[in-house]
Formats: sequence, C-alpha cells, structure tokens
Amino acid sequence: MTTGTVSDFVGRSYRPAVPFDVNRTIIRHFASGIGEHHPACHDVDAARALGYPDLVAPPTFGIVATLPAAEALVRELGLDFSRVVHGEQRFVLRRPIIAGDSLDVVVTVERVRAVAGSQILTTRADIADADGAPIGTATTTLIVRGEA
Amino acid sequence: MTDQAHRPRYDALTVGDRVVARQFTIRRADLIRYAGVSGDENPIHWSDRIARAVGLPGVIAHGMLTMALAGRAVTEWADDPGAVEEFAVRFTQPVVVPDDDGGVTLDVEATVAEKLPAPRVRLDLTVRCEGEKVLGAARAVVRLGPPTTFDAVVSDH
Repeated sequence: MTTGTVSDFVGRSYRPAVPFDVNRTIIRHFASGIGEHHPACHDVDAARALGYPDLVAPPTFGIVATLPAAEALVRELGLDFSRVVHGEQRFVLRRPIIAGDSLDVVVTVERVRAVAGSQILTTRADIADADGAPIGTATTTLIVRGEA
Repeated sequence: MTDQAHRPRYDALTVGDRVVARQFTIRRADLIRYAGVSGDENPIHWSDRIARAVGLPGVIAHGMLTMALAGRAVTEWADDPGAVEEFAVRFTQPVVVPDDDGGVTLDVEATVAEKLPAPRVRLDLTVRCEGEKVLGAARAVVRLGPPTTFDAVVSDH
C-alpha cells in the first residue's frame, strides 16, 4: 500500500452492477437500528400525512446504499479495512430516500493525500433514482491509519 | 427548551436559539445492531483485540452511528425524519464504547446558526461524549415545512 498506487485511483468511479432497491422493511430495519421510532419511518399513512409518497429514510440512510461501492473500492485499493476510520461525512439531499426507490449509486474517488503517516481518501457518491434524477450526494472522507 | 411536542415554526425562531438538547446512551449492543442494519462489519466496532492492534484504545462506535443519533436529535425536533437536506460532520475523536452495562453518554445540542430563505434554517450542532467533543463542524440544514420535491416539479431551491 503506497501513496503512489492509491493516487492512481483519483477520478475513478465505481458503480455496483445492480441498483440498491429500498423497500419498507429495510427502512424500518435501519430506523429501528438507530432507535428512530418516528411513525413516518414505520407507518405508511404517517409518512403520507407528512407529504411523502411512502416510508421516509432517516437522513444518514444513504450511507448504506454507498457501502457496496465503497467496499469494492477499499478492496481494490488493497487497504486493510480494520485500519480505516471515518474522518468526515456530508450529505446533500434534494429529497429524502423513500421506500420504493431504486437507487443508482456512483462512487468517485475525489482526492487522496498523505498526512502524518496516514492516507486520507475522499469519495463522492452520487445517488440518483431509477429515472436518473439526482436524489443527493454523500461525500465521505476515510482515514487509512498507517502502521504504528 | 420549548415544548418538543409542537413542530417548530420558522417565524418563531431566532439565530442563537438552542433548539436541541438531547442525550443518548451508546452500549456495545447498539454497535452490534448498527453493524447489522448498516452492513458495516469493520471489526474495530466489535473486537477490542483488533481495535487495539490498530492503535485504538478499544472498540469504537461507528462514526455513522454517532452521526445518525445526532441526526435523530434534529429530526425529532423537526418532527419529520425527512426534513434534513444537508448534514455534515467531522469525526474529531473516537467514541470509545466499553464492554460494560452502562455504555457511554452522547450529548447533542443544536442552535439556530442561520435563517435561510423560509422555511429552512441551518443548525450548528455540538456533540460530546463524556464531556469531550467528538464531532467538529457539525451542521444541518433543516426544512421546517412540507416537502415540495414530491410534487411534479423538482426544485433546486
């Protein structure tokens, strides 16, 4: 694992072969896993009462959809997953993710830099719906800790 | 604190208002649960042995769990889990979660930092674990009103 090698990945994109299909069960499951009991995450009528067409995902749910591409990237880079910690995260959402969405996720390596023995990797995930309309972006900075 | 049972009104908010003060407990079981629902199987979130081998003090919480709880505090205030349109954090300190029954306490506070064009506000968040700041530059843009994007037209606001 050298900076030179990893830098070659800047600009590369990863797009899982299959879309990330979001159903009611996975939204309920994720919401429960973070202790989110708001009815709009669990009950369709409650979500519709708030103006959504179906169950609403919590704002950080998008990270789950980006994980398949991010893991493929970590594997291709030959990085040791246990040395990876999360440095920064940003979501910009034109709308929340909703049950029934079929998400097209493209993860692009934006930047790689070396700081104090660690490598810092910034990726941007563009999330779109089945028609290609953008839903939002998730920008992730991962810190790959060097050997102590 | 205002009554959390009522949805916040844009017109009633002033920059500087502290609108969120919420505590969460994080225990090992919460990390296992989050690993399951998120698919993040990194062993630093469940194995002390592996966490220490890579120089961490012990098992740490998923940064995304900390962020999710901060997000919950915000969406509870808005009374709408779909109200957050932007959400950014830096993970400045690991949240070390001991293998005991008590876990650790996460304190989330948020204040109104800016009134954007109605019905949106920007909140600045302060997130501490056992008194120490664990998130930096944490901010969220929150829509205090019904979603418009599910009407025919998708706007760029």
